Amino acid sequence: MLANGTIIPSSLSVRDLLWQVRWDKEKCTLCGRCCAVCPVQAIELGVHRKRIVQIPSLAEIGPATASSNVYQVYHGVRQKTDPAYACTGCGMCNLVCPNGAIIAERSEEIDKQRFHINRGGQPRRRGGRRNAPDYLNLGTLDRIKFTRISMLTDPALDAGRHEFELRTLLGRVLPPEENLRLYRENGWIPPVREIYPLIIGSMSFGALSPNMWEGLQMGVAYLNEELGMPVRMCTGEGGCPPRLLRSRFLKYTILQIASGYFGWDEIIHALPEMKEDPCAIEIKYGQGAKPGDGGLLMWYKVNKLIAAIRGVPSGVSLPSPPTHQTKYSIEESVAKMIQSMYMAWGFRVPVYPKISGTSTALAVLNNLTRNAYAGGLAIDGEDGGTGAAYNVSMDHMGHPIASNIRDCYLNLARLGKQNEVPLFAGGGVGKNGKLAANAAALIMLGASGVQVGKYMMQAAAGCVGSETDRCNVCNIGLCPKGITSQDPRLYRRLDPEKVAERVVDIYLSFDTELKKIVAPLGRSTSLPIGMSDALAIDDKNAADRLQIKYVV
Amino acid sequence: MCRLIAITSNEPLSPILALRALDVMREGHDGSGVGLFMSDLGGPFEELKGLPILSGICTGEGVKRLDQFMMNLGFLTKHKVSVRTAKKTPPPGTPKRDVYVIRAYEYPQSWEGLERGEIEFRLMMARLELRRMGEENEDMIIYSFWPDVIMIKEIGDPLKVAEYLQLDNEELRARVVLAQGRQNTNYAINLYACHPFFIQGIASMTNGENTAFVPIREYLMSRGFPGYMGYQSDSEVFTHIAHYMLNSLGLGIEAYKHIITPLQDEALESHPDGGFLRQLKHSCRRLIIDGPNCVIGRLPDNSVFLVQDRKKLRPAVAGGRKGLYAFSSEMCGLEAAIPDRDKSKDFQPMHLDTVIVPSDRSEVRICSQTEPLSLLH
Repeated sequence: MLANGTIIPSSLSVRDLLWQVRWDKEKCTLCGRCCAVCPVQAIELGVHRKRIVQIPSLAEIGPATASSNVYQVYHGVRQKTDPAYACTGCGMCNLVCPNGAIIAERSEEIDKQRFHINRGGQPRRRGGRRNAPDYLNLGTLDRIKFTRISMLTDPALDAGRHEFELRTLLGRVLPPEENLRLYRENGWIPPVREIYPLIIGSMSFGALSPNMWEGLQMGVAYLNEELGMPVRMCTGEGGCPPRLLRSRFLKYTILQIASGYFGWDEIIHALPEMKEDPCAIEIKYGQGAKPGDGGLLMWYKVNKLIAAIRGVPSGVSLPSPPTHQTKYSIEESVAKMIQSMYMAWGFRVPVYPKISGTSTALAVLNNLTRNAYAGGLAIDGEDGGTGAAYNVSMDHMGHPIASNIRDCYLNLARLGKQNEVPLFAGGGVGKNGKLAANAAALIMLGASGVQVGKYMMQAAAGCVGSETDRCNVCNIGLCPKGITSQDPRLYRRLDPEKVAERVVDIYLSFDTELKKIVAPLGRSTSLPIGMSDALAIDDKNAADRLQIKYVV
Repeated sequence: MCRLIAITSNEPLSPILALRALDVMREGHDGSGVGLFMSDLGGPFEELKGLPILSGICTGEGVKRLDQFMMNLGFLTKHKVSVRTAKKTPPPGTPKRDVYVIRAYEYPQSWEGLERGEIEFRLMMARLELRRMGEENEDMIIYSFWPDVIMIKEIGDPLKVAEYLQLDNEELRARVVLAQGRQNTNYAINLYACHPFFIQGIASMTNGENTAFVPIREYLMSRGFPGYMGYQSDSEVFTHIAHYMLNSLGLGIEAYKHIITPLQDEALESHPDGGFLRQLKHSCRRLIIDGPNCVIGRLPDNSVFLVQDRKKLRPAVAGGRKGLYAFSSEMCGLEAAIPDRDKSKDFQPMHLDTVIVPSDRSEVRICSQTEPLSLLH
């Protein structure tokens, strides 16, 4: 604009933006790849006019010397400053640039863009995770240390050569007296699955691209069939591809039903043709990233395939209600829903609810302990991720997982049901890359296992999202890595075979790291659920709250 | 580490024999304390087989409160062993005590006609109440209150303590003797932390630290059984697990290892009782120990057992001859206890074995976890 021109309130300069694109004219080859790859069209070809002042030497100056200004044009990259096209910092421009001539840098001060991303009265919606840049201070889970190291009085074990059994149970476990009685009398014993304690959490077919989903499934199948690791993956609310429903690989899958019931028409119809039972059914009542809000698949991503699997028309947004329409009381409706799901598979498949982390989790849990069918409880903490949600929900709603899971475990221990209703923890596990340490901490606080989603996207597929508002465009189907896009031009960037390889890498390295944690604690024959005497933290308040040791 | 010795004999023996065997293994314990369990008693207690015997330590004031409490319940003292230490100087490290209590009582008249289970429960509750009272005023420490069982625990070097307490006293004779020489553990020195542990006729002692202690303790304490308390030592849970298995689950000792160290997948699949064992493994998951532990114990029928954990990182050997067998942490302990035995039949149990010497001391029975469970058929 001109210095005396008009501005509107949302006229921003590059300086005001969160992500500022640095472009080096010297290195740029003008190939145009960066502008082509940018998922949000934050940069475009810029035609820059430039005046060069040429001052003649004194000797040349004479009466007839003309004006010495030379006007030139050069081509390059221009960053748009309209907040609608604000750079998301994904860094794809840098990835494709042959010369490293371009990079997005974070504003050194708090950006002004954030005050203008609600134009049209529509608050910001995005995908990703809570923007809580605590990677320097580390979160509570990262600060938990394992201090009960076996020394001399009992030998530490060899993580590399010892025999380990690091499995957990999913499903309602009966008290020993009742279990043995029913076994003798040939009574019904609730189904229980022995699974690996690291579960790929619910990410729907729809939220994820077909290639990403296929890659995860292939990785899970390989882990099970070739490496003997009983890894399970939850579908999320989006149904399940018909071929998977009718394949033997269904047993590695946890089917999720949520308030939109998306995909369940297809699932119910596939029931007679199923060769195997699914591992379990997860009833989603809440999600840590956006507690009290339903699932959301925005219209951008509802293509023909997704629409067919979910049983909806294509091209419309699919917001699930915040709660199940039939749910008017936990005593009755939740119990009925759990039982109905049991009935669908002849009482052979465990059914458990998933809720978002909340201070009312104890009430839910207490109720489930009295419901003989509840096969567990999954709690998703505030650091959980999502494919699409309101920014305010993601940043400010929810409950941290550590104290939530601890309270629930201690409550179960008071009731004597700590072995009966397994707790699964999710939400921010491994968000700073410390997957095994976070998982082990949660297990020793009382979780029977952990669910991870974002870590899988980052480690298995190269998601660039972060807690510092990088990328986070999962919701509009423009994922530059093809992880959460339904556009074949984008998701074909992602090779499912390579995703599967990475899934296997992740599990193998996780397994080694978990052993490196439990072996020095002298544990190998069972997963150390609730072994809180091994834990300590350098924060007195956190130690008191979690009832673990305080160390400095 | 600690050192353990258990002797079971057709002829009543002096506990000194066991303590001498412990002394031979002194390199393996630091002599910081000794615990002794005796049952199937000889001597004067032979005639009093059915009557409960109270074992503990009291101050002068504590004895008065003990007597008052027992009288209120209606118990009458039938026989007592006097351990006189008033004029002696205790060995280094051993505190001066007023009274070492070993008393057999006659049951209250009001208990006549009660079912056995009820009597056993009341005996336990009386012990727990005395323990509570003792902890309140620090004037009583109660180890056991049970028919045909005597327990003595004290801090100090085992042999010196034995001499000081005159444990060669002819009144103290038993066919089953469990003795442990202890080493300081992570938990404070407290006589309640001293092995062997006892609950309703079941006693056990352990070598090694129990790394899964806290979740197991939580689980036992939440069973709603008042006797599952204490836990000044991480080893007390082994006694209580055995009690829970025998009493609440109605399983025999052959199942003990299937609870504390269950088989893994492949072994379970090929096991004839695999279905049952998998259920047991699932529902008793919180009782899985992680060792390294060697557990030696005595059951209400006076049989004795020995098990190792899954890793088999603690030493133990079983041996003897018909009518006299011993379990010992070390070969030299066994050698000291029963030198004239067929050494070729000595047996060192491994990670799948449970060793049992039945009360008739006819043989050493070895059950492997991979064998069918006899009790189911």
